[in-house]
This record gives sequence, structure tokens and C-alpha cells, in this order.
Amino acid sequence: MADFNWPAADKRTLIGKRISRVDGPWKASGTAKYSYDANLPRMLYGRMVLCPHAHATIKSIDTSEAEQMPGVKAVDIITDMGVGKEVLWAGKEIVAVAAETDDQARDAARKVKIDYEVLPYLVTDTTPENAQGYTQQLNEQTQGDPDAGFKAADAIIEGTYGLTTITHCCLEAHGSAAQWEGDKLTVYASTQSVTGLTQEYSQSLTAKGIPVTAANVRILTPVMGGGFGSKFQADTWGISAAVLAHKAGRPVKMMCERDHELMVAGMRPSLYAKVKVGAKSDGTLTAWQSESWGTSGPAGGANANLPYILQVNLPYKRRHTAVHTNVGPARAWRAPNHPQFCLVTMSAMEDLAAKLNMDPVKFLLANMKYAGERSKGFGTKDYEQELAKASELMEWDKKWHPRGDKTPGPIKRGVGVSLHTWAGAANTSSCNITIHPDGGVELSMATQDLGVGTRTSVGIVAAETFGLPLQAVNVNIGDSNLPPAGGSGGSTTIGGVSSATRLASTAALNKLLEVVAPSLGVTADKLEAVGGKIRVIGDPSKSVNWKQACAKLGASTISETAQTPRANTPQRALVSSNVGGVQMAEVAVDIETGVVRMQKFVAVQDCGLIIDLKTAESQVFGAMIMGVAYALFEEKIMDQQTGKMLNADMEFYKLGGINDVGELVVHMMTGPGYDERGVIGLGEPPTVSPGAAISNAVANAIGVRVPTLPITPAKILEALGTIPKGGMA
Amino acid sequence: MAKQSGTELPEEDLLKKKDEALENPSRRSFIRTVGTTGMAVTAASVLVGESLISQPAVAQEPPDAATAKLVGPGPVRMTLNINGKDRSVVLEPRVTLLDTLRDHLDLTGAKKVCDRGTCGACTVIINGSAMYSCSVLAIDVAARPGAPAAKIETIESLAPVGQLHPVSQAFVNNDAQQCGFCTPGFVMASKAYIDKHPHPTYDDVKASLNGNICRCGTYMGVRRAVVEAAQHMAAKGGNA
Repeated sequence: MADFNWPAADKRTLIGKRISRVDGPWKASGTAKYSYDANLPRMLYGRMVLCPHAHATIKSIDTSEAEQMPGVKAVDIITDMGVGKEVLWAGKEIVAVAAETDDQARDAARKVKIDYEVLPYLVTDTTPENAQGYTQQLNEQTQGDPDAGFKAADAIIEGTYGLTTITHCCLEAHGSAAQWEGDKLTVYASTQSVTGLTQEYSQSLTAKGIPVTAANVRILTPVMGGGFGSKFQADTWGISAAVLAHKAGRPVKMMCERDHELMVAGMRPSLYAKVKVGAKSDGTLTAWQSESWGTSGPAGGANANLPYILQVNLPYKRRHTAVHTNVGPARAWRAPNHPQFCLVTMSAMEDLAAKLNMDPVKFLLANMKYAGERSKGFGTKDYEQELAKASELMEWDKKWHPRGDKTPGPIKRGVGVSLHTWAGAANTSSCNITIHPDGGVELSMATQDLGVGTRTSVGIVAAETFGLPLQAVNVNIGDSNLPPAGGSGGSTTIGGVSSATRLASTAALNKLLEVVAPSLGVTADKLEAVGGKIRVIGDPSKSVNWKQACAKLGASTISETAQTPRANTPQRALVSSNVGGVQMAEVAVDIETGVVRMQKFVAVQDCGLIIDLKTAESQVFGAMIMGVAYALFEEKIMDQQTGKMLNADMEFYKLGGINDVGELVVHMMTGPGYDERGVIGLGEPPTVSPGAAISNAVANAIGVRVPTLPITPAKILEALGTIPKGGMA
Repeated sequence: MAKQSGTELPEEDLLKKKDEALENPSRRSFIRTVGTTGMAVTAASVLVGESLISQPAVAQEPPDAATAKLVGPGPVRMTLNINGKDRSVVLEPRVTLLDTLRDHLDLTGAKKVCDRGTCGACTVIINGSAMYSCSVLAIDVAARPGAPAAKIETIESLAPVGQLHPVSQAFVNNDAQQCGFCTPGFVMASKAYIDKHPHPTYDDVKASLNGNICRCGTYMGVRRAVVEAAQHMAAKGGNA
């Protein structure tokens, strides 16, 4: 009988190998059809009218002229908008129109007349003192006796650290194409939550007077062009496309335009903190104190969990103030809050190590007791092993020098280090496996592939279980009519889908073994599926090939459905949580121009059992590159004079290019001790450390801290005193 | 149309030229009858060739960009040479090549991302050079009086359905794609680059593909893929 546990390392033929993604040819040939590519019969194009003010009340809306424009087929006032309603950020959608062509829809949108009463607003990332009336102070939190800790310290540093708001900038803009057939709605949605959207569409449309059950909503997402945490909801544009399609009796595609995408469809909260931290002369921490603030847009605010990682039994005192700004609201951004907490903490730690004239790696090692146990049974040896591996790959001992590169010339080099962690527990997903009499294997689950390789990974798990090549499994995903799956957030997908697939596959295989057993003259528990055959364990000469075995099903099929195992069951050992890693950056800074160039960037990452090493490494490379971008380039620049985002385009909202990222080295922690932990999510954790590692490398290179990200040339020159300080944001 | 003032001479000249350009007698007399401004434009989805496309249907034959010197702002018949075939579309001259490909010819390999010539997701090859199709008007690459239609290659032309061009194959081999939305643009930019520089080094690739942006962070794979594809194509003696 097939055992549900992951196969032992020496038995794996696919799991943990470097395997090319199965939808790669589809994408690389341009034939993959995204939501944005939908060209449905008689399809209309939707466009939205956006509020130009950061804060306003709507006094009147006149759509009459727009309705008469050429090609216009439907106009919709957005559900929560209307006369008398308050708008809290620029870019809020007020009216949507659908017309025969994209240009006609845009022409018509320009003819909608909306009068506003403009109200006072705040859009910049300012300090709480400068944001009177817009702040919400949260309760101070303490642990132990920080005052005594500071008294016991041999060295104390104080500093201010932070990072601005940034935006997700998914290359496929948010949006969908909606099509009604009678009372059934089909949505080609660019989403991270195929199953979840059916409920949201049902509720939102029913509230709008278009009753539709969740069962009558079908979400299709065969591929999608990036989400990074920003695509969990149907959103205003999604619901509006369905409303317009209902009104017009024709399909409507509505994708956000790039400026709208950058203004409203993505936002990572900012965080700034005044930090005081103390240590003994041997580097061991004695106390932490932080006064932090930041904005998530018009609402929200939670205590900043500082210090990051190094907080177990460390005396601390912390207080956070949420600044409510008139900016499009925050969305989950790859590892929500962790990059912010990490930057503030690891920068302060490195400053303290510099004050003690200590190598920061040795400083971190001296404080491992405050990291606690990341993974059961490991103590702190996971971080210690990762620090050692990263040091080796970076040649840290050779490259690290005390603060400030003393070599002559304008190019200064430095290295920096950071630690991170993330939970990555499994979501709850269901998988159906069907074995056909002709030998065909069908895998079905609603889950979505954001580009991380989910389609490939579930195929690998099923093929490995059946002893078949990957191509033998037909993987169907991205369709809400298939068995339900959790949303892809929090790096929970791989655990959820791989364990459900493993359980469904072993259940289906066991059914097949029962059918085959009599012909081989043994009981099913004496059989195994290996190398395209069903064979007797210990006697490989007694076997039937896969096709012959399946032919014994006659006219019937085997169909088994399984769900991600619940906690406290033996099957739950297929997955676990709490991964982490270490990253080290090497930069070269031109102190005459302020330009920072990435030289080398090393990531050592643990994610438990790896399903596909190739796509896992790609995830880490991608996270590092995204990290370089937010460390050096990305900033949502808000203008208090106009209330608008000044760089809502890809020319001035900078992302790194192929020549901006230096040489990247990824090392996955695998093998004994790691594999046994089961499958854990990976998408988010490696995005956490880059900001801190790069900021620390810059400080090591130029001898002073650049307090905030992104580290622009102007900030380098300010920090060096070459140009006057523009002041903290 | 023409202003009733002393400055109408140039305007009249233009109209005369326009008439000369529309030297097709039957159409000329027709347009004279209804006037050039009286084209009632309604819109409908019409089936052209194999693909269902949405474009304004005009009440009468629109001017042909291949013969009319002055066109617009109303719809114009344009002949584009795409992937070796002449394709005829009737669109306003303001429509970009990218929107023409995607919305009117169902060639959706080129992606719309920044829509202003920054990110490269819409890259196609025009007369042998990589170009941002979001920043080219279809009329500017259509057949015009005295100038044939530009030769436009989209990713759909690289290999027959079910087969992969060596550049696409190298992108698969090196996992140079995640969400894949930037990938067709990268593949076309890479192909255009390799066609002109058949033996690139790893560093050449870093310098040459800066006009394309990937958000998922696939640059490591792209660097390896372009070198591998170039080596493969050189070994096969050119274009696969």
C-alpha cells in the first residue's frame, strides 16, 4: 500500500529536483491567455472615472453626456459612491462606463461631470507631530525592565530608521472580464483567490440588486500576471465590470490603467521608528526602546512588532502611532510588515555593533538567545548554520571591514547582513485525482498559480506518487468549479496544495493497487508504483505497467478527493511552518554621485521539504530582486500640494532592471533536519531581509547610516554631508 | 472643415491633395456625394478573418491609408504586414499598434503594462528592430502612399503552434519567467538582439536588455537564457 508520508530522499525521482515549469512553453511562446488578453464575443471595454482629489465630498454626478457618446453601452455609478458620499483618496473610482472600444470608453469617461467639495487632507509620510488630527496612538507595550537594561548597557545607540510607502506594480494590472449567460456569471479574473471570489461576487452583486448565488459564479484564472498580496478581492473594478456586463447584456473587460494601478491597486505601509538600543561590551543586548509611526492609508494601525526576531525575553518598551493619510489603502505586500520591522531592527543592531566595533555577524551570534527557537528541535542552530553558510558564500570574513571603506578613490565597498523569518503554514485546499482506464491521470483543484510554479509542484507530487513522469499527469487548476482551494497569501499555498495532492494521490493509488493485486497474486499492501509500473515490493520481476494496470478498471474510473490535513492528525506531518534565512549584500557606492551599485547578494533560505528546486530558487532570486528595488529605487511619491501621487507611471516609479541587481547567489537549506519538517511556504520570507542587508552594506561602505529607504543618490550625499539635509520625510 | 477666411489656401491645397490621394473613382465620387465629414460611425463586433474582433463599423467605405495622404480623425482602412501576412483593419489613426494587435487582431502575446514606452512588455520587431508597440501608431507602420507597410513580427510568429523558438525554449530551460507577463516582450527583445549580435556574453546581455522590466525578478534566468539561445542558434547556423 502506498504510504501518505513523503518518500525518503533516496526514493524521490521528481520531488526536490530541478524541474522546468510545465506552463513555461505556454508563457514563453506568448500563447498563455491572461485576463487582460480576454477577447470575448461582442465584448465591451470598461473604463473608470477617478476622483482627482485626496479628500472630497461628491456634490453632483452627471453622466448624461457620457451616455450619449459614441459606442457607449452602459454606465454605472460605483456601489459605494454617489451624491453626498465622502472620498478618502485620489484615484477612488466614482463612475464606470462600457463602450465598444477602449478609446470610446475613455472618451466617454472624460465626459462624466462630477462636482466635489474639496476637504482638508494629508498625503505625506510625516511625523506624528506634523500630523496633528490624523494620528491614532496605540498603547505602549513593555516586556521586562528596559530601564534597568539600559542602565546595565556598556554601549547605547539612538537612531531613526524607516521606509516609505511603495506600491505593488503587478505587471498585469488588476482587472477582469465578466460575462453573463442567463443568471450565470463567468469572470476571467486576475486573482490570488479563485475560490474565495465566488462568495464575494455573489454578495456584492446581490447587494447591488443583481442576485446571483456563489454556485452560479465561475472564476477562471489559468494564469495571472503577478499579485504579491494585492489581488485577493473582486475590488470595485471587478464588481463594476459584472454590473456593466449585466446592464449591457454583453461581456465587459475592465483592467486598471497603469496610473490607477500605481495609485490605488497597490500599497505597502510605511514605517519609521526612533530607536534606542543597548548592549554589553561583548555585544549581548540589554534593552530596546522604540517610538514608531507609519501610514496604511485612511484607516488601520497596529503595534509595530519591534524588535524583529531578537525579542524573546529581551526587555523592551515600544509605542506606535498610526498616521491616517488620504492615500489609497494598504494591501498585503509580500510578507506584510516583516520588511519594515526587519529594516528598523537590523539597521539599529548593525549601528550598535559598529559602535562596539564588532563584526555584525558575531554580534548576531552573541544574541541568538533572543531569537528563541524558530523551529522545534533546532534551538538556534538553524540561524547559526545559515549565518555560517552565507558567510562562506559571501566570503564575509574577507570582505567585512570596520565602518567606512578606507581605500582611496570615490568607490567605497561594504557588506551587510540580515536575518528573517516567516510562518508559511498550509492553507486549506482540496484536490481530486481521477485515474482513467486508459491510464490517464487527471488532477483537479481550484488553486491559482501566481507564477510561483504551483501548477508544476502539484503535478510533481502526483507523478511522484504514481511513479510516473510529470507529463503523465494532466493538471487542471485556476477554475472555481474545481475542488475548492485557499487563497494564495501568507506563503500558505504550497503546503496546502501539495499535502492535499499527496493524500488524494495515495488514496487513488491504493484503490488501483486493490484492483491490480489479484492479477499479481499478492495483496495490495505488497505492491508499489515505481518507474511506470505496479510491482511487487522486493520482487520487481512481478509487475504490470501503468497502462495495463489501469485497463483493469474496465469501464470505471478511480476518483479520490482529499483536503489539506487538519492539525493534530498524523497526516499533518506532511507540512509545518516557521522558516527563515540569512541574507548578505555587497555594494559599491560612488561617494561623488551617490549611486549605489549591487555587487553580490547572497541568500540562504530554508523552506522545509522542497518540491521543485528550480522554481524554489527562482522564488528566492525574485524576492531578492524585488528587495533590491525597494531598497534602492521604489517610492510612492505623494505631493501634499495637490494630494496626488507624482510618479504614477513606470518611468518615475522605478523598478530595477536586468543590470541593476548584481550577482545573486541562492542556497536552499535542504537535506537531513530540514526535509523532515515537511513542506513550508517560500514566496514571502526571502523578500524580508534585502532592505536591511543592503542598508547595512551601504553603512559599512560609506561609514554613515542612510536612515531611510529607498537609498537614493540624494540621500547618500545628504548622509555624507555633501549636500544639505532635506529632512526626514 | 475649411475655415472661411483669407488663410484657406493651404487648407484647400490639402483637400485637393486628399482628393488626389483618393484617386479610386468609385470611392471618390461616393465620398464627394456624402462629404468627408458626414461619416456616421456606429460600432459593432465584426468577424474578420479567423478572429473575432471589435472595431467600429462604418456606414460607408473609409479612406484607405495606403492611398490617402490625409486621414483621420475618423476610421481609416489600414493594411499592416504582420508576421508575413497583410492584415486589413479599419481603425482611427490614434490607435496604437499594441491596441491594434491585442484588441483588433487577437494577437495578445504582446502585453500592455506601462502603455508609455518604459517597460518593454509590448516589444515587437519592426523591420528588424525591437520596438515598443505601445508607442507606435498603427497608421505609422501601415502601408502609406509611396511606402509599403513595415514588416511587423510578433511573438506569435516565432514558431508554429506546439513548437518553441530557441529563445523561448531557453527561457523555459532557465526558468526565465514566473508570472510570465513580461516574458513575450523579453523574448522578442532577446530575439532582435541575438539576430544583430549572435555571440553575446553574459555581460553584453545585462547591458542590452535594460529596456525590459520584470516585476517577479527573473533576470538571472533571462541572462542565462539569452546566452544559451544565442549559442544554440549560432550552432544551428542562424535562426533555428
